[in-house]
Amino acid sequence: MDDQLPLRARHVAKSFGGGWNPTHSLPWRRNGHARSDPARRVVDDVSFEIRRREIFGVIGANGSGKSTLIRIISTLLLPDAGDVHIFGMDVVRETMKVRSLLNRVSADPSFFRNMSALENLLFFGKVYGVSKQEVRRRAPQILARLGLEWERALEPMSNLSRGQQQKIAVARALLTSPVLMLLDEPTTGLDPRSKRDVQSFVSEVRQEHDATILLTTHDMEEAELLCDRIAFLSGGRIVAEGTPLDLRRQVADGRPLEEITMETVFMELTGRSVEEDEEAEAGVAAR
Amino acid sequence: MTTGVEAMDVRTRAGGGRLAWAFVERQTNLWKRYWAWEIVWLVYGVVNTLAITFIAKQVGNEGTGASFDTSKLVLFLLIGTLVWAYLSAVLDDISLVVTWERWEGTIEHTLMAPVPRALHLLGMSVFGVLHAVVRTLLIFAIAIPFFNIDFGSANWLTAAVVLFAGSFSIAGLAILAGVLPLLYPERGTQMSFMVQALVLLVSGVYYQVSVLPGWLRVFSHVSPATYILRGIRGGIIDGQSLADVWPTLLALGIFGALLIPLGILTFMAAEHWAKKTGKLKRQG
Ligand SMILES: Nc1ncnc2c1ncn2[C@@H]1O[C@H](COP(=O)(O)OP(=O)(O)OP(=O)(O)O)[C@@H](O)[C@H]1O
Ligand SMILES: [Mg+2]
Repeated sequence: MDDQLPLRARHVAKSFGGGWNPTHSLPWRRNGHARSDPARRVVDDVSFEIRRREIFGVIGANGSGKSTLIRIISTLLLPDAGDVHIFGMDVVRETMKVRSLLNRVSADPSFFRNMSALENLLFFGKVYGVSKQEVRRRAPQILARLGLEWERALEPMSNLSRGQQQKIAVARALLTSPVLMLLDEPTTGLDPRSKRDVQSFVSEVRQEHDATILLTTHDMEEAELLCDRIAFLSGGRIVAEGTPLDLRRQVADGRPLEEITMETVFMELTGRSVEEDEEAEAGVAAR
Repeated sequence: MTTGVEAMDVRTRAGGGRLAWAFVERQTNLWKRYWAWEIVWLVYGVVNTLAITFIAKQVGNEGTGASFDTSKLVLFLLIGTLVWAYLSAVLDDISLVVTWERWEGTIEHTLMAPVPRALHLLGMSVFGVLHAVVRTLLIFAIAIPFFNIDFGSANWLTAAVVLFAGSFSIAGLAILAGVLPLLYPERGTQMSFMVQALVLLVSGVYYQVSVLPGWLRVFSHVSPATYILRGIRGGIIDGQSLADVWPTLLALGIFGALLIPLGILTFMAAEHWAKKTGKLKRQG
């Protein structure tokens, strides 16, 4: 039954740039860099399904299109081709219904920084139809589970560290009881203990609360620990998909499976190593 | 706590009013946190009002002809600056809806919430109007002791009704201006300030529109601010009753009925375009 699938993506494609831009035909912009550059394919013919109560990982190098894919699912970007259905509802045509079914944790926490965490949660709860009382009742429980004292939630967001903000972001997503949770690098920037808190919380949410989760991460251990199935994206295409064990088998090529870590899988499937990526990332950050 | 399909029932089915009100509450919280800014704007508003109204006194002292009525000019300019303080506050608040969220980094989370865009913009407009009323009343209260003005013949009811009726059209205009930052992430905010400046130029804020050159005066007819100023000055300076200003009220009603739907539809079209081209994201 297709309607029971939390997510089904078929032949999704997305390009950026290349559109018609009238200012490019102005005389003084004719020669030089201002010509509109050709469209760049960022998500390329992506198809996959997520089953109920599954944690589905999407892994790939920086710029491989993970966040773009998540934005398409969360109705923030329109796909150029293909379609995505959430519990049988089309993300483009039934936007409002889809929006009430999902929520997302993005790589940057994104809050009103001068409002307190509680004020933020009250607002983001209310726009999903969650009452004040409900937020006040559940938010402390969720934050306690994530290892954050409730007092911190009453201070302005800007007083909190990035990791603490990220925990509030996880709470914000869970408060609205999404049927599908989109977690875009939820543990990036967290210390080892906080990381553990969030990870065990994620598996707990799945276990106890019938939620389905799409997760991206650069942490291969985390992917193996949490994900039931993983899709590897490279250049916007899914290059491999399966359980962590499947994927290790796929790249083993005669070697004993114990020797194959997820990092090896990543390296083989995306043609680069995680270290190289991290160096590239650090390089970008340093600039 | 529950998560899952059944959990949908836990949520109260939020009515449209409650959804729109969520934005009013949020803006109020933000406003409280940015109170220092409010004081800056208040001081600026008071100083601006005083500075411009003193021009009238100066003109009076120079004695530009015996029949010159200084107190009328003082009142004319005072109303102009106060109404402009009100209109620009409404325009600012609403037209910065996208800019503000981009700056805070919340734009994606706000726009992916299951709130019809019309209710979102309605909530922002209600806050914008309430905020502007409070700020303008404060400026008025502080500025008024500086001049000795005779409000004997003023019809306050007319002024209040005209301002209320005009707020709809200004909200519509502000929503239209707010589309620019959605279309142009880098320059859009400046462009919406430009819209404000144009309204200021053609609407007869500090002078009668009759002093404008003919080709500019044409634009004064399509600016709702012209009608708001005319109606309020009619009420306060000339003591006109509601019956006297009905053509102005009718014009403002028509402007509001056209501009609000036009603003919302344009905003939705721009949002669609931004979702197609990836312009929603914070940077370019
Ligand atoms: N709104 C946009 N406009 C133009 N280009 C974009 C936009 N969003 C993403 N891109 C480009 O698309 C490519 C994929 O970006 P995306 O953010 O999806 O990658 P990612 O897999 O999430 O990377 P990371 O691991 O660094 O988070 C990048 O080259 C990026 O520059
Ligand atoms: Mg990303």
